[in-house]
Amino acid sequence: MDDLYRDYILEHYRRPHNFRVLEAPSATFEGANPLCGDRITMQLTVDDGVVTEVGVTGRGCAISQASASLLTDEVKGKPVEAVAGFGADDLLELLGIEISPARLKCAMLSFESLQHLLDETGIKPLTSDPG
Amino acid sequence: MTTEVKSHVDVTPIDPVALRADFPILDQEVHGHRLVYLDSAATSQKPLAVIETLDEYYREYNANVHRGIYQIAEHATAAYEGARTKVAKLIGAPDAREIVWTRNATEAINLVAYSWGRRNIGRGDVIVLTEMEHHANLVPWQILAQEKDADLEFIPITDDGILRQDVYEVLLRLKPKLVAFTQVSNTLGTINPVAEMTRMAHEAGALVLVDGAQAVPHMPVDVKEIGCDFYVFSGHKALAPTGSGVLWGRRELLESMPPFMGGGDMIREVHLRRSEWNEIPWKFEAGTPDIAAQIGLGAAADYLVGVGMERVRLHEQELVAHALDLLPREVPGITLYGPAADLRGGVVSFNLQGVHPHDVAQVLDRFGIAVRAGHHCTMPLHERLDLAATARASFQVYTSRADIDALAAGLREVVKLFGAGPSVS
Repeated sequence: MDDLYRDYILEHYRRPHNFRVLEAPSATFEGANPLCGDRITMQLTVDDGVVTEVGVTGRGCAISQASASLLTDEVKGKPVEAVAGFGADDLLELLGIEISPARLKCAMLSFESLQHLLDETGIKPLTSDPG
Repeated sequence: MTTEVKSHVDVTPIDPVALRADFPILDQEVHGHRLVYLDSAATSQKPLAVIETLDEYYREYNANVHRGIYQIAEHATAAYEGARTKVAKLIGAPDAREIVWTRNATEAINLVAYSWGRRNIGRGDVIVLTEMEHHANLVPWQILAQEKDADLEFIPITDDGILRQDVYEVLLRLKPKLVAFTQVSNTLGTINPVAEMTRMAHEAGALVLVDGAQAVPHMPVDVKEIGCDFYVFSGHKALAPTGSGVLWGRRELLESMPPFMGGGDMIREVHLRRSEWNEIPWKFEAGTPDIAAQIGLGAAADYLVGVGMERVRLHEQELVAHALDLLPREVPGITLYGPAADLRGGVVSFNLQGVHPHDVAQVLDRFGIAVRAGHHCTMPLHERLDLAATARASFQVYTSRADIDALAAGLREVVKLFGAGPSVS
């Protein structure tokens, strides 16, 4: 019935990938959209120039949770250069659904959290407009 | 003046289906479904009487108010000032000059915080608020308290969303200078015992501000019966245009207060180095106001008085009772927040197990159903209830049982789509 809630989006929401707490993360970041009540904790382990582990916990809407699930799948195991080069548009393409302006913040919560982690681990400095 | 027949209150039920014809916006389809507007606590829809009042003002007598010597300016001034009388009647204000126009309830509260608050609140003074306040009746007092080194205290709520009167009694022993609370919670719908709470505050020597944003549009309000010192509400939630709002204050208090903003209209005399203030209410109305919106608020007040606020209240109470009965029976996994129907205004906040309120609202939109999702400008209340967010359906005169039936059917579709929700928490 819906362009937004496609089966794979709902599937990622019901059973999100990489939803766990890492044992020895290189960095941890807590991202939130206070207006929506979405809150996630994202962790990253970097080893020898590779993002070996990504973990997410927290709660949020289907769009933010599916986005986190898809994003963590995408960056896990990738060289840091590739992760640094992954942009907001790439994530929107990965989501594959039309995101309305009102829901863009939901879709971008995990992406912005990742940008903070890349900054903290010295992989890529935060720009003023990470989106 | 029309004769007032106070002893005979009309309580014949409202026919919302007939009333809907007064609200042209409701006659449309959204995503192929009849628009079911359940977000009136955010802003109400406007009746034709209000829309036509705006149209007439701009087509026939648009002119700045006060001091115009020509016919249409006199017409505009008469309509603008006449709207105060209509609003005074709606809220039982003894004197139309106690009606100060503001943009909304938020601005009215800020006016009191800046004007009365800066002069009367000092270091260590106590202001008592509640856990259920809208940010509009919280943040202005935080700013004042920070500036003056004053203390804020909060009346807690029970898990059902009722103010703890026993704790309130204890807080009053701190001899607060001001107590400010909402008459009706915009999130839980709780109707607070404002007259009794005002009496208690006065006994303790405090002034009282009541936030009537969710009361004036939905039930009979009489500021004399409440006995408070300040009363505020927004026009746009009460069938009037955005940009219209009201601060009512007791005359001697308003007269004792310094201006809020300086500029034209709020002065009697201006010299290069000093000025003399105008009389109330104009002392608080610097600059050209939203003339059309306030005239529109007068038309909205007339409309509500015409329907009868007792009837509006009975109608919404019946709707809430229907919703509180129907939703738990029809919608698996729903949790409702707030008190029983007799203690509640036309607001029902809820959550569905395993579905974020934003997703609830998004799916309902596909069925033409408009609800709000988020914290409804009550983040501390959501924290108190340990909720990240809620979905909220809220009612008005034009809301029908069929709207609530549509909500229940829409929510069943949400449940069908999402199933049990995520398997990890």
